[in-house]
Formats: sequence, C-alpha cells, structure tokens
Amino acid sequence: MQKFVKIAVVCAITAAILAVSVPALGAKAVHGAGATFPEPIYAVWMYKYNQLTGVQVDYQGIGSSGGIRQIKARTVDFGGSDAPLKGPEVREAGLIQFPMVIGGVVPICNIKGVEAGQLKFTPEVLAGVFSGDISYWDDEAIVALNPGVALPNEPITVVHRAEGSGTTWIFTNYLDKVSASWHEKIGTGKVVPWPVGVGAKGNPGVANYVQRVNGSIGYVEYAYAVQNNLPYVMLQNQAGKYVGPSMESFQAAAANADWANTDNYYLVLTDQPGDGSWPIVGATFILLYAEQDDAGKAMEMLKFFDWCYEHGADMAVEKDYVPIPKNVADMVRKTWTDEIRVAGAPVWK
Amino acid sequence: MVERYAIAPGAPGNASRDQSRPDAIFKWLTAGCSMVVILIMAGILFELVRNSGMALKEFGFSFLTSDAWNPGMGEFGAASSVYGTLVSTAIAMVIAVPLSIIIAVFLVEVARPRVSRFIGGAIELLAAVPSIIYGMWGLFVFAALMQNHVQPFLGNRLGALPLFQGPPMGIGMLTAGLILALMVLPFITAVTRDVLMMVPPVLKESAHGVGSTMWEAVRFVSLKYGRRGIVGAVFLGFGRALGETMAVTFVIGNSHRISASLFSAGNTIASSLANEFNEASEPIYLSSLFALALVLFGITLAFQTIAHHWVARMQRIEAGDR
Repeated sequence: MQKFVKIAVVCAITAAILAVSVPALGAKAVHGAGATFPEPIYAVWMYKYNQLTGVQVDYQGIGSSGGIRQIKARTVDFGGSDAPLKGPEVREAGLIQFPMVIGGVVPICNIKGVEAGQLKFTPEVLAGVFSGDISYWDDEAIVALNPGVALPNEPITVVHRAEGSGTTWIFTNYLDKVSASWHEKIGTGKVVPWPVGVGAKGNPGVANYVQRVNGSIGYVEYAYAVQNNLPYVMLQNQAGKYVGPSMESFQAAAANADWANTDNYYLVLTDQPGDGSWPIVGATFILLYAEQDDAGKAMEMLKFFDWCYEHGADMAVEKDYVPIPKNVADMVRKTWTDEIRVAGAPVWK
Repeated sequence: MVERYAIAPGAPGNASRDQSRPDAIFKWLTAGCSMVVILIMAGILFELVRNSGMALKEFGFSFLTSDAWNPGMGEFGAASSVYGTLVSTAIAMVIAVPLSIIIAVFLVEVARPRVSRFIGGAIELLAAVPSIIYGMWGLFVFAALMQNHVQPFLGNRLGALPLFQGPPMGIGMLTAGLILALMVLPFITAVTRDVLMMVPPVLKESAHGVGSTMWEAVRFVSLKYGRRGIVGAVFLGFGRALGETMAVTFVIGNSHRISASLFSAGNTIASSLANEFNEASEPIYLSSLFALALVLFGITLAFQTIAHHWVARMQRIEAGDR
C-alpha cells in the first residue's frame, strides 16, 4: 500500500511537471547572436517582450563578425551586425538585412582630473591619437585645442577591440573618411591593423580596460559610456561645431538617413552634415535567412521585431539609442512580406 | 563453458584450464582502449593540418616569420603569437620553478608535519582554482597592483633596460607571465613535493650522519636523487603555461605586435584563438587560426620530445655513474 502511494505521488508530480513544461516547450525560443553595440537595448526589449508574451528571444553579444559568421553557419536564427553587408553579399548568402536601431560611438578617456566633455578633439587629432602619431596627453595638438585643461605628461594608451567588431567598423569608417593618412595606412574594417594600443573583448571589455588604465582612450557605444560613467570626448563635426554625444546629436545625424534609396538598407551614418550632428553614428542591423524552414518560428521572430519597432522606441530612447522612424519600419515590414518565405509561401502578410 | 574457467582444486595452472582466450580478450580490450588515445591524437593532427592547408599554402614558411596580422587585408603571420607564447611562458617558468622547488623542499625537509600538511593542502586547493578565476582576479586586482606599484617601481629602477620601458598599463606581457607563474606554481610544487618524499630516508639520514648541513643534504641528496622527477614536474608546469588561455586573454592586452618591453601588450597563440576563432568569417582567416593551433601543437610536441630525451639522457648518465 505504501509503495502504491509512493508511485502515485511520483506519477502526480511527473504529470504536474510535464503539464507546466509542455506549453513552454511548445512556444518556440528564438536565438540570435552578434554585435555587442545594441546588446543593452536588445536585452531590455527581449526581457519586456518575454514578460508580455512569454516568448523567449535571446541574444548573445559576440561581436558583429561573429554574428555574421553564426548566421551564415545557421547556428542562430538571426544575426546582429553593426557593419552592414553590401547588397550583393546579402543576396548571395540568401539573407535579408534590415536596421533595428541607431546609436552613437563615443571616444571615452580616463585621465586624472579630466571630466566628461572637457576634452575637445578635431577629427585629425582623434585619428592621430588612435594611429599613435600623437602619443602623449600633453601633445601640442591636444593642448592647442584644449586651453585651460590640465593635461598630464603621460603616455596615451589606446584601447581597441580584440575581435571583429561592428563598433570598430563604424569608428574606423569615420576615421577613414576624415583622415587621409588613416585611409592610407589603416582603413575601414571590423578588424584593422592597429599600430598602437591594447585589445579588449566586446564593448564591455573596452569600457573595463579604459576604466582600469590611467591615461587610456577607447571607443564604445554610448550606452556603455553612460553605464560605466566614463568621460567622453567632444568632437568637431562636419559643420565645424564641437558636439557631445546625446540623443539629440545622434538624432540630428540620423535625420540625414535616406533609407528608401538603399540596397538592402546598406547605409552608413558617419560624418553627417548638420550643426548638431554627432559625427560617429551608425545603425545596427539584423540578418536572417529569406528562406525559413519553420513558419511558426519565423513568425515568432518577425512578431518580436515588429513589436520592437512598434513599442520599443521609448525604451530605446531611455538607453540613448535612436529608434528607427515609423516610415522605415513600414519599409522593413514590406521587405519581410516580399522576401521571407517558407516553402515558397510568404510568412508576413 | 563454466567448467572451463573453474579452477581445478589443488591444481593451479592446470593444463585443462585454457587461459589463452580470456587473456587475448583482456589484451585486445586494453590495447583497444589505449588506441583511442592514438586515434584522438592522430585525428586532431589530421584536422589541424587539413584545415590549415590553405594558409600554409598561401603564406608558406613566412607564416612563421611574419608578424603581420591583418585580417582585413588577408595577411597573417604567427610570429607575434609565437613570441608572446614563449615569452609569457618563460617569465612564468623563471619565477615559478625556483619558487616551487623551494616550497617543496620546505614542505618535505623543513616544515613540521602539521604545517606541511596545511600548506600542502592549500597548494592543492590553488591548483584546483579554475583559470577564469585567475583571469578575473588578474584583471581586477593584480593589474591595478602592477599599474600603480610594481611597474612604476621597475620603470624607475630598471627603466634603462628596454624590458621595462613604456607606460605602466597594468596589463601586458609581464602581468600575463606573473599570473601564469601563479597558476603553474601549485602544479610544480605538488609534484616536486611528492618526488622529494620518495627519496629513501636512509639516504638523507646518512647525509646527516656524515655531518651535512640541511642545505647540503637537500642539495646533494634529495634534489639529486629526485632530479628526474623534478624535471618532469617542471615540464608539466611548462605545458600548462604554454597552452593556458582564459587567464592570459584577460590580462595580456591582445595586440598582435612584438615589443621588447614586457610592459606592452602582446598575445599568445591560445589567447588569439580564444579571441578570434568565433568570428573568423573569411576562409583564409579561419585557416590561419588553424595554422596557429598547429604551430602550438608543434611547439608542445617539440618541448615534450626535448623533455623526454633529457630525462632519458639523465637516466643514462646516472646508470653510467654507478
């Protein structure tokens, strides 16, 4: 009798566990990986979306190059990259690409006694520092731009990314545009041959190194500068005005974006005109296969992105990202309708 | 069948008992299991060679001598990673080997049993700490210590040497080497301690009997008797330092450059693989990383062989002595 009771209890518990877990198994989890640049906002969106709908979307920040590689290897359902792929490359791989959110890349520094926004750089000086031509904080070129700031006679330690990174791509794309010698020697890339400095992994790694090393300078997505309370550097934009990173200056740069005339949304927003424009702004992109295997999962994934466009703007602004404008979101939805197929039938109608 | 294996009473090794079959099974079973090791080894080597073929064909021997590492332009060379691997390991060994041997001597020859047990236990615990913990501690605590105290001190006193020039960043080759030293120390110490404990007490007693000091007994009896085992312990630590990944990646600074200064950032083969393998999107990039792994495999094999021959030679010389 006792044995029977035991068995009955075990059965009941098992049944209860199954009853609870089966719906969870039924709901499809969506996995993504890629850029660390948008990770802070993706994390917020995914958490909120999960609370509202119970759908699990997860995202691993492994760097943009990693995102591209993982989606091409089909180990994830979608990839994230800040460096947009060119239209033909997107088509060739059978992917579609669309922008998710816009953010700013910000030089951050750690010099004793220097606070956020105290230091001003021209594009030439910024390129000089990151290429190693300017190697001391009290270099004439820096001092001339910053009268009244006490700059120490300390060597500059450049902190860059150790792995393939879309943040690096946006940053070097800007330096490439504004400095002839940068263009000649280093160029644009997710990984570039840095002449000086130390490499750190991910946006969090760069923020961490800059925080630890006296006299260092690095570049991160703005959210990481805010989170870690790291002093940013003011930059001179194309109009010749010094601006600081902020929602407004990112928006001013993003206002120039002409998404309608792009091939697979390939658009770079660095060095934009306008008095208030922050010069190093970029969109971050989602990559997914046009030909999906599983209609249910594809639908869950698109519903999430749709929700982000529709309801994610306020959360994005709170984290200092610029949301994608409504008309662009509608363009993206049309792209989904036109291109995403499961066994030849459209998924998003 | 059962009767065949039954031992006939009072007749061990009875002719009627056929041992050849179970012995053969046993032999093949053990041999088969050992073959797994060879197969895995061969499989790894095969995969490394196969995948690195493209890079080796493209760059040839210059892969080893070039320090260019520019994924954007498709240029790859192993020199900076090989240099970093060897230098960081060398720093670790220079510090860890003497220290480990001294600690082991203390534990076996000097310390009272209770003290010895306590410190011995602590060392074994140290060996069990996962390397990521060393990495985090290295970055958050040790790097700050290096930056604020050790590196400025070295820079002021020995700044004339190219080894100690450059800004004190806290992270870099020297920090990586020191962390590695801490990580291999427990391994070398533990094995050396066991080796010293195997020295027959009668030898030590006779050394003391003829009036040796403690140092002389250690120097001429214990260390000499155990030197083959100690060399083995050193190479065990060496192997670990060579391939250590996470802790080094945290503190070495990850830059593909060769610099004379130990303060500057560098990289090792293992740290490059850890950083870059995940996102190597072009085939030649991936192939070059495989080639790097092959180089590490080669370095490990080379040092293993050297260690093996060295121990064998010591054995021959000792045999000749007698």
